[in-house]
Amino acid sequence: MTQPRPPVSQLSQSLRQRKRSAPPQWGDLAAALGLPALAVAAALLVGALVLLMLGANPLEAYAALIGGALGTSAGLIQSAVKATPLLLVALGIIIAFRANVINIGAEGQIIAGALAATWFALAFRAWPGPALVPATLLAGFAAGAAWGFVPGLLKARLGVNEILSTVMMNAIALQLMNLLLGGPMIDPAEVAAGTFIAQSERLPQHAWLPRLVPQTLLHAGAILAIVLAVGVYFFLWRTSAGYRLRAVGQSPEAARYAGIPVPAYQMLSLTLAGGFAGLAGVVEVLGVHHRLLEGITSGYGFSGIVAALFGKLHPLGAIPASFLFGSLLVGADKMQRAVQVPSALVGTLLGLVVLFVVGSDYVARRQAARRAAARAAEEGERG
Amino acid sequence: MAELFTLPVLLGIAFSGIRLATPYLYAALGETFAQRSGVLNLGVDGIMLMGAFSAFFVALNTGSLWLGLAAAAVVGLLMGLLMALVSITFKAEQGISGIGLYMFGLGLSSLLFRTTVGTVKTISGFQPVKLPLLGDLPILGDIFFRHSLLVYGAFLAVPLAWFILERTTWGLKIRAVGQQPAAADSLGVNVTAVRYACTGLGGVLAGIAGASLSIALTNLFQENLTSGQGFIAVALVYFGGWRPLGVLGGALLFSFVNAFQLWMQVLVPEMEADIAVMLPYLLTIAALAVAVNRTRQPAALAKPFERGEA
Repeated sequence: MTQPRPPVSQLSQSLRQRKRSAPPQWGDLAAALGLPALAVAAALLVGALVLLMLGANPLEAYAALIGGALGTSAGLIQSAVKATPLLLVALGIIIAFRANVINIGAEGQIIAGALAATWFALAFRAWPGPALVPATLLAGFAAGAAWGFVPGLLKARLGVNEILSTVMMNAIALQLMNLLLGGPMIDPAEVAAGTFIAQSERLPQHAWLPRLVPQTLLHAGAILAIVLAVGVYFFLWRTSAGYRLRAVGQSPEAARYAGIPVPAYQMLSLTLAGGFAGLAGVVEVLGVHHRLLEGITSGYGFSGIVAALFGKLHPLGAIPASFLFGSLLVGADKMQRAVQVPSALVGTLLGLVVLFVVGSDYVARRQAARRAAARAAEEGERG
Repeated sequence: MAELFTLPVLLGIAFSGIRLATPYLYAALGETFAQRSGVLNLGVDGIMLMGAFSAFFVALNTGSLWLGLAAAAVVGLLMGLLMALVSITFKAEQGISGIGLYMFGLGLSSLLFRTTVGTVKTISGFQPVKLPLLGDLPILGDIFFRHSLLVYGAFLAVPLAWFILERTTWGLKIRAVGQQPAAADSLGVNVTAVRYACTGLGGVLAGIAGASLSIALTNLFQENLTSGQGFIAVALVYFGGWRPLGVLGGALLFSFVNAFQLWMQVLVPEMEADIAVMLPYLLTIAALAVAVNRTRQPAALAKPFERGEA
């Protein structure tokens, strides 16, 4: 007895047709896997044209990028380090997206989580590590969730477009962090030395996440993220709350007729999304930087969207997708140093990947619809 | 606080308020066209950044501000058409494709800036032009009639946009396509063409909005120069009820708040600047929550049109 397979993507209706037909449809699967790969290839191609125009050698740049990320074990480990916050953000984006809510606010939610974690770990530094670390994780989750709850509430109660409100919440969080790092949370050592670099005091060592590989930055947050990915999968496909959340996303009208409180689930999805992004902020503080500093988000709030889309909005698909984009970020840094192509190239590529992935989704949908129609016609003849 | 309310300060705030409305106006009027035709372009900020960079780069290298402005318009058009291609032809989820366009514009403008210009430089941008007679009016002349041409252009674009949308056949088609695309289609209106045109026009205006920042207001380019003004412009379209006059009101409200907080930073240095910078964003959320008349929203906003699916 096989379990019914979960939908691979809400965006692509191909899965809905696929679920109904018994044998796996290899054409659909190939389309589902092939088109994103094609989208990345297309993005790299456009990026190559840009590099050519700038007088850089694209082959050299890409070789430095790929070699830097995947060529050495150090590169692979760094990729996993960067994949960790990406995966956590992507999980939140996926939950929101499955409820048909678009969360652009992960940047702000990361900051909220990082702020809360830093404050908590410093305020309760007397606690022993086994109590302090989990409590700090929870505090960061709660702060991120609160940052997602506000636009969720505004959407549920007042119909405020969540895309716009989450963007504004990003800006507010950023200013809040600047404000706190400029004064109340600044490292006293910076004040004493008169340098005033905007960063917090360093966290005590027992508040750090344990290292998985000594002498590297790979920390236990990576395991946490993977466990949570499985957890989100179970939540969405094995619990009634997850089922209702997806029902809201598939068809709010139908969900409303079925008695599901649609606004409440939209609010829940944004709150959870904020919580996961908040966790991303916590693991960056506890696992990587061991303090709060400017630029803590590294743009993960946006690149996490790309990882979520690329993972076909499936929590397990987001794992390899996050690793892919994590390695792209690592490779870009290496490339900048090796061939002097600015790492801003990656932002450009990520934007193109988004455009091409969401664009190619329509092609996939149409192809799947055509195949489904053909199958239906075939079955009709047989029946 | 007392020195905040002297005449020169109030004049200064009013003058800055008018001036700072410029990028909001161009970008939000362009977005109004796109949204009235049913396309939600969230990538405005990315287009603005590319427009700002192109204008700055061309002006820096040719010495011609007008060539810079033209470059910004062309780049804006191209990016608008890219958004149109993905959102209209390939029927992508517009909330996401817009973010893709934003990331693309942010990344590419930073990349180009670092490779071609490198460090922050200033140029001599569009200079204020005192209008004859009007510029000599007491107070009003100081506030309204001593700006650069791009500022006047932004304010002239408001009645122009209103006229096109409300009083021409073109405007009727745009509104029909955004409200009832199937009905418009059955009457022979080319839904796709109208949406492409509006998204392209929105791109041109967003490009000019960016140019107004880099070659008229700040006269420099740096990475992420717009710092989210394009997103505020999208919010202004909601706030303004999808009408040019409403957009004007919203843009002025925001630019005056912005001008006020900038003057506060100068005059009340003991206040934390970060709190002041937060003001426009808090205001945007509040405005979205209480002031948006959702009944005016184009019915087909962000919905791709598929023939025979209405």
